[in-house]
Amino acid sequence: MIAEARLAAVDAPGSVGASHKIHARLDGVTRVYPPRAGHGEVHALGPISFELRAGEFFSVVGPSGCGKSTLLDVLAGLAVPSAGTVEFEGKRVLGEVPDGVGVVFQEDASFPWLTVEDNVAFGLRRSGVDPAEIKRRVDFAIGFMALGDFRRAYPSQLSGGMRQRVCIARTLVLQPRLILLDEPFGALDQQTRLLMGDELLRLWRETSATVLLITHALDEANLLSDRIGVMSARPGRFIDIVETGWPRERDSRLAEGPDFGAVTARLWSFLRAESLRAMGQGSKQGSAPR
Amino acid sequence: MKKATWIRTVVLVGAVGALEIACRTGAIPATMIIAPSAMVVAVVKLLQSDDIGAHIEQTLSAVAIAMSLAIVFGFVIGFILNWVPFLRRAFSPFLAAYYAIPHFAFYPLLIVIFGLGSTPLIVLATVFAMVAMILATMAGLDRVPRVLLKTARIHRLSLLDEIWRVRLPAAAPHLLSGLKLAVAYSFIGVIAGEFILSTSGIGHEIAYSYDNFDNPRMYALILFVLTIVTTFNMAVYAYERRLMRRRGA
Repeated sequence: MIAEARLAAVDAPGSVGASHKIHARLDGVTRVYPPRAGHGEVHALGPISFELRAGEFFSVVGPSGCGKSTLLDVLAGLAVPSAGTVEFEGKRVLGEVPDGVGVVFQEDASFPWLTVEDNVAFGLRRSGVDPAEIKRRVDFAIGFMALGDFRRAYPSQLSGGMRQRVCIARTLVLQPRLILLDEPFGALDQQTRLLMGDELLRLWRETSATVLLITHALDEANLLSDRIGVMSARPGRFIDIVETGWPRERDSRLAEGPDFGAVTARLWSFLRAESLRAMGQGSKQGSAPR
Repeated sequence: MKKATWIRTVVLVGAVGALEIACRTGAIPATMIIAPSAMVVAVVKLLQSDDIGAHIEQTLSAVAIAMSLAIVFGFVIGFILNWVPFLRRAFSPFLAAYYAIPHFAFYPLLIVIFGLGSTPLIVLATVFAMVAMILATMAGLDRVPRVLLKTARIHRLSLLDEIWRVRLPAAAPHLLSGLKLAVAYSFIGVIAGEFILSTSGIGHEIAYSYDNFDNPRMYALILFVLTIVTTFNMAVYAYERRLMRRRGA
């Protein structure tokens, strides 16, 4: 019953309650890749319109190749939309990463030639922040990510999960107001994913940042998010936005509750058909270029 | 000591020892090869003689100049070719076929253009060594992971900062390989050039000693060159090992 009540509160795609402050907005955004050798034009994304509420944890799920990462790139300013507009904190995003946006990728993006400490301080040292402040923020981020015993280690001496924590810490020290996560736990085992999810929730609660997470894992999206956008097969559009209604104070034990399965089932009911469509597309055309 | 180091040491000591015994027992005549211990004595005598200093200085300075030019120009050209795709497409076939060209055949032409002296040797060694650096630079920059370049953009680095702080460190292992090859090719270019036509330098002295059946001096010079090249390469190799250990390779 509770689950039903929550699911009934789902917004129509793109709609946002009047009481929510808008942090970022996509309006009619499409992304079309030009023809390349052997491939015609690829319409990867959109048109897509949605609003990211300030301080929310929003996840995006969708079939492979549906344009999830393209959506993140466009929102981060790493890619320019073919049509439509992107705004962050009321300002247009025009092919440049706006101040206040941090991104963590699925691939290991730690710099192998730098120690953990130098990796974490990398962005701060380029931004003219006072050395004492750099040390304070780096110490905090390293402690927060439980990397204290490894601050002088190189990434090659760390596990995949720890390297990903280094990347999160490197983003954290910049105190971003919007954190974009592109399948950051995709390469990790299930147990590590769950624990990293808890750490991510802790980070989200303590920083009050807005988080957008791209993930393949429905359980992960369900556990972590306030809202989950379900994308269609390419060209990716939101076919549903599910509001979970979970309390802000939550962790991986939420998965033990009876409501959890209902939300995951709802996500899967939308995603199954889209995944089958995407598989059909994939066998005919291959995936969108990255 | 690691097993590989043991094997290497045993092979080296065994080969030198076998050569020493073969030379001392007369199995190999002294007109062919002198004993390794005699080579060492000859190197000491060579370095004590008054006439060799100028030859060593000439050769090493030519190598140093050729090496520096090859590394700098090789890096710059490799970087430009990596950055400008149509130039790369235009020049790639030349680069692929480059080491099939017998460079030393052009030495007489270089003498006609640049005259006698060190310049044609330096030019020959530079063009011989430079392409190794160009190819290594291109390979290194090609392999910079895209995610690191995205990370540079996320941190809003300037182009120069991106090159200096991300692209070059990421490409460093390849650049060092290119540097090692450039060093070796510079030595080969200069000494082989001196060997063919020069009137001075270590290469010329080796050829001169050979023509005059002065085996101790010839082998002393060969051993001297080997020692210098090996020492330089070992130093770069040690640095490379340290770098790669950090990166978990």
